Amino acid sequence: MTDPLKREEVVAARAIKVTFGAVKALDGADLVIHSGECVGLVGHNGAGKSTIVNVINGGLEPHDGTLTYGGQAVHGISAARTNGVRCVFQELSLCPNLTVNENVRIMHAELKGWNWRARAGELVVAQLQKIFPGHAIDCDSTVDDLSIAERQMVEIAISFAGLNQRPKLVILDEPTSSLDAGLAAQLMAYIRTFIGDGGSVLLISHILGEILSTSDRIVVMKDGRVVADRAAKEFNTHSLVEAMGNVVREQEFSRKTTEQTGSPVLSMPPPRGHGIAFKAYRGEMIGLAGLGGHGQTDALLDLYLEHNSNWWPTRKRDIAFVAGDRSLNGTFPLWSILKNLSIASLSQLSSRKIVDRAREDALGAGWKQRIEIRTPDIANRILSLSGGNQQKVLFARALATTASTVLMDDPMRGVDIGTKQEVYEILRSEAAKGRTFIWYSTEMDEIRLCDRVYVFREGVIVAELVGDEISEKNVLAASFSEGEAA
Amino acid sequence: MKLSSGTIRLIIPAASLALLLAAVFYMQPRAMSYTGLNLLFNLAVPIALATIAQMLIMSVNDLDLSMGTFVSFCACVAATVLQTSPLLGVLIFIGAIAAYAGMGVLIHVRELPSIVVTLGMSFVWGGLAVLILPSPGGTAPSWARAIMTAKPPLVPMAIVASILIAAVTHYIVMRSSFGVLMRGTGGNDRSVERAGWSVIGIRAATYALAGLFAILAGIALVGLATSADANIALRYTLLSIAGVILGGGEFVGGKVSPIGAVIGALTLTLAGSFLSFMRISPDWQIGAQGAILIVVLALRLALNRLEKREKHQ
Repeated sequence: MTDPLKREEVVAARAIKVTFGAVKALDGADLVIHSGECVGLVGHNGAGKSTIVNVINGGLEPHDGTLTYGGQAVHGISAARTNGVRCVFQELSLCPNLTVNENVRIMHAELKGWNWRARAGELVVAQLQKIFPGHAIDCDSTVDDLSIAERQMVEIAISFAGLNQRPKLVILDEPTSSLDAGLAAQLMAYIRTFIGDGGSVLLISHILGEILSTSDRIVVMKDGRVVADRAAKEFNTHSLVEAMGNVVREQEFSRKTTEQTGSPVLSMPPPRGHGIAFKAYRGEMIGLAGLGGHGQTDALLDLYLEHNSNWWPTRKRDIAFVAGDRSLNGTFPLWSILKNLSIASLSQLSSRKIVDRAREDALGAGWKQRIEIRTPDIANRILSLSGGNQQKVLFARALATTASTVLMDDPMRGVDIGTKQEVYEILRSEAAKGRTFIWYSTEMDEIRLCDRVYVFREGVIVAELVGDEISEKNVLAASFSEGEAA
Repeated sequence: MKLSSGTIRLIIPAASLALLLAAVFYMQPRAMSYTGLNLLFNLAVPIALATIAQMLIMSVNDLDLSMGTFVSFCACVAATVLQTSPLLGVLIFIGAIAAYAGMGVLIHVRELPSIVVTLGMSFVWGGLAVLILPSPGGTAPSWARAIMTAKPPLVPMAIVASILIAAVTHYIVMRSSFGVLMRGTGGNDRSVERAGWSVIGIRAATYALAGLFAILAGIALVGLATSADANIALRYTLLSIAGVILGGGEFVGGKVSPIGAVIGALTLTLAGSFLSFMRISPDWQIGAQGAILIVVLALRLALNRLEKREKHQ
């Protein structure tokens, strides 16, 4: 560090090695975090980011290397916690059956004694107000009843809150994956004040803009090693992507002018007579935009259920769904990667009701190559993959079917740029072949790839943008504007 | 007024109990008395205790298939050893609680399915019960008999005991810190572990507590029946699971309700009397009891859907 003042080390992990079977998750990685700094951590899926986080928070014993908290070499989850290390995980990790207050009690062991419920409530309400002023979360409600964005907000607030002892280091693993732009900005602003008060933050995000604007220092990981560790000022988007090992591809605007001929493959009247009707034509890529949780997911579900009865599954399905919350309704955690991939196309893989193993293996091998699933063996369990790679498998599951329409519920959450680019290309070529994609995304870059965009606000479509009208400015304007846009 | 999902969870069991009770009173108005109510609900007390024990196990995502044989075993101990040499009886019960805690540890550490472990243990408990009491007999400890046949003023003992069980377990499971940890383990054990708690300890304590409630069920059963038999409570395994589900609990996810579980146990007991009053032949009673269960669960499903739809609007 060029800093003349030698700052206190909060956590120092040096030459850490972790292997899972044949996969080297960490191969001598170094990560030192000082007090009063925000370190951005970027890298591909499977570069070892989540693994090093698990080492730092004590959940994973490194096979080699040293790990010290404030100079002391101790191990284990409770040791990490007593040294003020808190972690917000990529997959949401609250107890869904408990209320917000009760979750606070679990995360904060020091909330002992009588009346902890009220004190826990005060703690989280105050913290939520600090980070996300103007939120509307009821802390007596069960986490199940909250939207995915609200759950993420609660989890972040719980981690930043401290009763007797403020956290020294908060690790945020993809904290904005479910937050819309407004909430994400509030969080980033709070991180800066937290840093100003002497705390430290390890920020992991695939949104490079956040990393660049919020971090003091950026660490780039690749293949289990740290390949760059420099002040954030020295990076820009281009150099950061380059350091991660990606060739920056220029946005190709191969957006085609859609001829809306014939009858739409999918259509939906405006709910309760408000807003604009939804229509999708063959070969179109349609974006559902707007702030998070304004009815986009419900619209996708409605479209899906219209074609597949809720009571009786139809034989031949013409519509596939890529789930956003992969742990909740995406993956089969006990199954292998191959089984997770082939589940949607079993009928086309089987002859006389018996699954043809050879055809299944061929399908698996083909998709493994096509979307580059990072695994030594496709028969491994799905949970052996990193989050982004799991998501790729879910994509492959939908694309491997014969369905002519694919619905996607913010599927790129926590997927790195390289993978995204690959998937975008696959989507483009599939759309050209006549598949229709309906894509809810919270990321503007993805919305810009679409041919046509519907902007949602409060459960109804308030604007339809076509071709060059699709821009961040127009989407934001429609998401916030009052009154009917049509 | 906004209802919490916990309250909504309780509406269906409470409403079905009220409806069933009203039907019984309509058919047999004489049941609407102190003695009548006591007779109707007497046998519900041990079932309610066993249901609570099952609910505790279910709150950490497990299932106890040895509940029936374990309660039988406890009843046999209560009718024999506890009666003749109380100290030894208490020691046996403490050992049984320790065995339950050990079961919890084993299931957690070895990542075994609880169904398999408890199914295996059910043969152990069954065998022990036969060893202790080879043929039906024994006598209830006089204090157990006294408690179960007590006649408090105004409200019969069965009702008082049910309310007491519901209140105590509601406090333990829904209000106390331990209850939060227990349900949290059922909801997402990884996050409980990441927060620095020992999930093994939580599981062991939950199983031990379930063992304690099952022992109380055995003692209460002997107090009512005055004697015991190695097969006295075999049907409690399925009754207790049905009671938890009927009371709004779920098999996984740590979603349980102690008040609901007690109500569920009362409903199951009452369903039997209701069918007798309807003069349905005993051959059909089990089927009819199943039909009642299906109706209640269907109602609950409908309510859940309604709730979900309301949330979306």
